[in-house]
Amino acid sequence: MARPRVALFVTCLVDLFRPAVGFASVKLLQDAGCTVEVPMAQTCCGQPGWNSGDRETARSVAAQVIETFGGYDHVVLPSGSCAATIVKDYPQMFPEGDPLHEAAVALAGRTHEIVSFLVDVMGVKRVSAKLQAQATYHDSCSGLRSLGIRDQPRALLASVEGLTLTEMEESEVCCGFGGTFCVKYPEISTVMAADKTRNAAATGAGLLLAGDLGCLMNIAGMASREGRSFRCRHVVEVLAGQTDGPAIGEG
Amino acid sequence: MSFAAPTTPSFPQNVHEALQDENLQAALRGSRGGFVLRRARARAALPEFDALRDAAAAMKDHVLASLDIYLERYEAQVTAAGGQVHWAETAEDARRIVLEICRRAEAKTVNKGKTMIAEECGINEHLEAHGIRPVETDLGEYIIQLRGEAPSHIIAPAIHVTVPQVREEFRRAHTALAPDRDLEGLDTLLREARAVLREKYFQAEVGITGANMLIAETGQSVIVTNEGNGDLSQSLPRVHIVMASLEKIVPGLEDAATLLRVLARSATGQEMAVYTTFSAGPRRAEDPDGPEEYHVVLLDNGRAKMAGTPFQPMLRCIRCGACMNHCPVYQAVGGHAYGWVYPGPMGAVLTPSLIGVEQGGHLPNASTFCGRCEEVCPMRIPLPGMMRAWREREMERGLAPATARYGLRIWGFLARRPWLYRRATGAARWVMRRMARGRGRIARLPLAGGWTGTRDFPAPQGRGFLAQWQERK
Ligand code: SF4
Repeated sequence: MARPRVALFVTCLVDLFRPAVGFASVKLLQDAGCTVEVPMAQTCCGQPGWNSGDRETARSVAAQVIETFGGYDHVVLPSGSCAATIVKDYPQMFPEGDPLHEAAVALAGRTHEIVSFLVDVMGVKRVSAKLQAQATYHDSCSGLRSLGIRDQPRALLASVEGLTLTEMEESEVCCGFGGTFCVKYPEISTVMAADKTRNAAATGAGLLLAGDLGCLMNIAGMASREGRSFRCRHVVEVLAGQTDGPAIGEG
Repeated sequence: MSFAAPTTPSFPQNVHEALQDENLQAALRGSRGGFVLRRARARAALPEFDALRDAAAAMKDHVLASLDIYLERYEAQVTAAGGQVHWAETAEDARRIVLEICRRAEAKTVNKGKTMIAEECGINEHLEAHGIRPVETDLGEYIIQLRGEAPSHIIAPAIHVTVPQVREEFRRAHTALAPDRDLEGLDTLLREARAVLREKYFQAEVGITGANMLIAETGQSVIVTNEGNGDLSQSLPRVHIVMASLEKIVPGLEDAATLLRVLARSATGQEMAVYTTFSAGPRRAEDPDGPEEYHVVLLDNGRAKMAGTPFQPMLRCIRCGACMNHCPVYQAVGGHAYGWVYPGPMGAVLTPSLIGVEQGGHLPNASTFCGRCEEVCPMRIPLPGMMRAWREREMERGLAPATARYGLRIWGFLARRPWLYRRATGAARWVMRRMARGRGRIARLPLAGGWTGTRDFPAPQGRGFLAQWQERK
């Protein structure tokens, strides 16, 4: 089989806050046998506009994504939330009859969140990473409920030498990030984030992993303010064996 | 009172108060896991559960497409059985109709089974204002009636009350009983409530109940309860009034069975509620008991105009409460914070439809779109999608805050211009890294005080990914 040509859409948050997630993604995709390209015209998937009810702005941003990411075998994102925007929302943004409808549906069909892409599309069964640590995994909402990502990250984490995974209570309950929700309704968001850090800390794990940077920044920010002893990383950093740099919010 | 002045516009303030309320928080903590666990078990025990959900949703869609036909059929059946259907376009109409029936019956006391429609119409307040005493017979409703409160959950109206609070309320209200009696133990409380309520059943001239569904083919109304209070409320008094909203209609008995199979499992994790009661008209000559008069008040109150809009799927709702039992926002603040009759995700969609998005606009915004409600809804109602549709309406009508509207436009302008976008994010990164002073996180961030009031804000980790990538190539 020819090497699939994969476009990496790192997402606006990763580009701005955590380049390590981008590099880990590149490594995992290359190890899985993909040719990775990073289109330079990428910015954001449009979700902030769509979820705020600003259909026109969201559509204009999405149209640019459709143009930038056309022509690849696959488009892969290290975020269940942004991937779900393209997979589930783009066809609604450009409904039947819209000139961009077909392109939107086609892009939706070729777009994947990275961990589920590795397991479900590329058939990756194990990774070569090593890490002596006890970790717990937070299921980010969109990835879990819109894209069915639950077993894939756990399967790959099980192959990381030295790593043990301890499940927390309510791992499938939202951390309270929710995009603009966390600043519009900060009191509710705080309660939800604090529930999450309490459940994570109760496992005794030293590391919390998840597949979405938004959730991770929220959880890491709460954990550091509370003086919790666990660190937070994106799951691809561990799977790629790139955990030498500081954890999220650590430097 | 609940129907007159929704407190929904002050949702953030309500939230603030709810989070400070220790009793409420204790009550919410106590109930939180149970519903979720029981529903999960019930679902796991029935392999065809998800197929039943599909069938239930499809059946209801079919009904909604021909609502008028089924409603006419239902009315004809009720009339043939000797009952009477009253059409109430608004809550005001419903109040007037109910009061007239009660007056004609010379009612001094009215028994009430649990009904959210009576709540929506403010029936209790209206009857009281006209010298008629409504008595709630559902235990939860009875407790909140004693406390002078509205329900905080559609199937567990007193879920916000702790057991010690109930004890206190009973001592205060049941003055005919010895003040120093033993009220420890849940059974003791239940027994006392039962004894007090039993006596009242026999005093009422009129009984008002809700309806979980109305069956077009047979003209029956169906209620499910766990206490049997609905049966006594409707069969003992001389006059029985059923209050229901018009989307409660189903075609036939088979369809009712489909809904019953998903309803209790989704609500409480039971296979069936303890009592499922069908009533169809007044007492016939050969019946040993039953009411002399049978009235059905069918409420529209804004529902008919939801048909054919993006909000139509909300009319499939069977009021099981699963969405709020699984909602992290509801679980954090409880039902009263929502400020009107219907709380949780179903309220976040329905409330703006019924009282206007101008008043109810906070509710569809106060969601992270985590999707748990849609995941568990037995009627497969796309609740987050409809909350998003409300946000879209607000945006179109210019109701969204100006900061959000302009902020989004600026963001959109930049996001379409990668080069400029890179410049802007580069500048933001530089500022944030200065603010972090090498610690990797920011303790106070202007414009994001809601975040940094309680959490640190992780700072950017160095140069942007795209810039670094381009350089390496
Ligand atoms: S919206 Fe769905 S889950 Fe919520 S009460 Fe209605 S039927 Fe139940």
